[in-house]
Amino acid sequence: MRQKLARVLGGVAISALVFSSAAACKADSGTEEGGNSAACGLKIGFFGPLTGDAAGLGIHMRNGTKLAIDQYNKDNADCKVNLEQYDSQGDPAKAPPLAQQAVGDAKVVGLVGPAFSGESEVGGPIFDAAGLPAITPSATNPTLTTKGWKVFHRGVGNDTSQGPAAGRYIKNVLKAEKVYVVDDQSAYGTGLVAEVKKVLGSVTGEDKVQVKQTNFSAVVTKIVGSGATALFFGGYYTEAGLLLKQLKGAGWKGTMVAGDGVNDALFIKVAGQAVAEGTILTCPCAPATAAKGTFVTDYKAAFENAEPGTYADVSYDIAKIYLEGIKAGKTTRADLLAFVKAYNKAGTATGVTYKFEASGELDPAQVVVWAFKVNAGKVVPDIEIPKA
Amino acid sequence: MNFDELLGNFPALTITGLEQGAIYALVALGYTLVYGVLRLINFAHSEVFMVGTFTAFWTWEALGYDQNSAAPALGPLILALAAGLIVAGVASAATAVTVELVAYRPLRRRNAPPLAFLITAIGASFVLAESFGIGTSRAPFGMPTLLPSETLFTVFGAAVTNIQLLILGVTLVMMVGLDQFVNRSRLGRGIRAVAQDPDTAALMGVNKNRVILLVFVLGGLMAGVAALLWNVRYEFTKFNVGFLIGLKAFAAAVLGGIGNLRGALLGGLLLGVVENYAAGLFGGEWKDFTGFVLLIVLLMFRPTGLLGESLGRARA
Repeated sequence: MRQKLARVLGGVAISALVFSSAAACKADSGTEEGGNSAACGLKIGFFGPLTGDAAGLGIHMRNGTKLAIDQYNKDNADCKVNLEQYDSQGDPAKAPPLAQQAVGDAKVVGLVGPAFSGESEVGGPIFDAAGLPAITPSATNPTLTTKGWKVFHRGVGNDTSQGPAAGRYIKNVLKAEKVYVVDDQSAYGTGLVAEVKKVLGSVTGEDKVQVKQTNFSAVVTKIVGSGATALFFGGYYTEAGLLLKQLKGAGWKGTMVAGDGVNDALFIKVAGQAVAEGTILTCPCAPATAAKGTFVTDYKAAFENAEPGTYADVSYDIAKIYLEGIKAGKTTRADLLAFVKAYNKAGTATGVTYKFEASGELDPAQVVVWAFKVNAGKVVPDIEIPKA
Repeated sequence: MNFDELLGNFPALTITGLEQGAIYALVALGYTLVYGVLRLINFAHSEVFMVGTFTAFWTWEALGYDQNSAAPALGPLILALAAGLIVAGVASAATAVTVELVAYRPLRRRNAPPLAFLITAIGASFVLAESFGIGTSRAPFGMPTLLPSETLFTVFGAAVTNIQLLILGVTLVMMVGLDQFVNRSRLGRGIRAVAQDPDTAALMGVNKNRVILLVFVLGGLMAGVAALLWNVRYEFTKFNVGFLIGLKAFAAAVLGGIGNLRGALLGGLLLGVVENYAAGLFGGEWKDFTGFVLLIVLLMFRPTGLLGESLGRARA
């Protein structure tokens, strides 16, 4: 009995503690929002993979975001904005708790990201419920803007521009007659392959692989046996590199074409320089290495002489939209969201005019798709793929 | 369903399936040996394999091979392979022994219940994988092509490469060697004795702890060999590379009859081939589905696996 009483008392004490601290938190945030100093110490979140299989893509975007914020803080040293990183590892299963963390931090007023389509799918409803504006620099699955989320925007074209452009490249530039398509069963990969197939009409064969798969012998046998001269792969660079390596090892002589998920230097690291040579990688973006203004030199100076990777410039411009809003006194999520929705100005790095449709999609007139080529161990711009 | 795809590529799917199955089988040996003696599923074994892939890769780097270096001549090639094999074998065995000494032996000394062992095994697996994940920034690592793939001959139109022959040959040699060791040598008799009846074996003067250590060393060595073959074939590693292989190898061990060495080989090869046929017939997304349906159905009819016998009940 005594023990029971002690337990009850303990329980009451603990719940009292929890409630009082919750109340304290509420009071805290209340004073911050009301105070005049609210514009200082705000945070812009970056949501994407910084470790894991696809970290190579995320790190460049984070760096672009960081560069924009660092430059802003240099000019506004008395009222800084901080970068908050949410490392999703590109894994949709890891995204929900991170998304909750982001919406739970009242200082986070805008997100650059989520970087990938899968994590955007699960993060979107959470951001929407909290009214936290999110502009992805890279998630290209077309369905993301059809879910009725008010907060979600896309700073690049989607796979209905990238996929068909990749298809046109295969058809008109490579002039490949026999094309095999493979996807990794991710939201991004399947969507992209579906768009490519629409343009190509008929394909020689198709198959699916898994994220984290390392042995591709069955699909390699099928591709080699089909006599295909081109392969379109919808997925990310680790699987793309391994698949291509095993294909070339089995004597395949064709060309692989893949989307922006493979468009990274780490693809060459996985596949090896000799294997990767000649691979075509598309991106609904212009080459970051040819970005406008001082972006490239600033980026190299800030990040140990690294060349800006895919979407680094887009991330930079997106972060600058938020920073411009904060500077203009839009310091709540709702104000900043309205600011983003009404935005209509050219980004300094990409030169793209950021103007969003009601769905959150970038104005189609602004979308360009480029083809890149692996040449001597580097991903270099090839051509801008003409619109159909 | 695509019967053309399956029938047209049947020989090729068989060969690549056997090649993959051989690697499953080598890793499966580690699960089977430990289970046979301790009745313990050593989930950390997948990480023992992963450590092997990394250490062999680092050895090659230390020997001056980077990812884009050209394939070496025969002399340096043998040197690189041998060095990789020794380092991977030693590192894998050392990892397995460390897990036994640090995690399992203290539990045995306290007569911990089986659940404690299970959770410890899963915990050890995570600790090893995560420490490599953190240490390598979870990045993928490509390796040099030391042994370029060459077609040696064709069987029914399917090319057989030097690497495939190497993998199958090495697996068979290791398998026969291990089988003979367990069945003929003095130390092997000790293993069988402890597997059969630990208490009686102890009364007969068998040092149980030494036998257990030996089992972990043997399992680790096999995983090291598998790791080297993996590196030569796939030229790639990552901190979580052991997860899928470990799962498949464990399934292979159960398929063949866990605790049974020959069963591990049979189960590994069968799983590898069936997975490939399924990928050919239904498409790549059905590969794992079919492999595990096979496992479930087979266990329904033969609950102890294909060969069923445990290590202890092998001929004395």
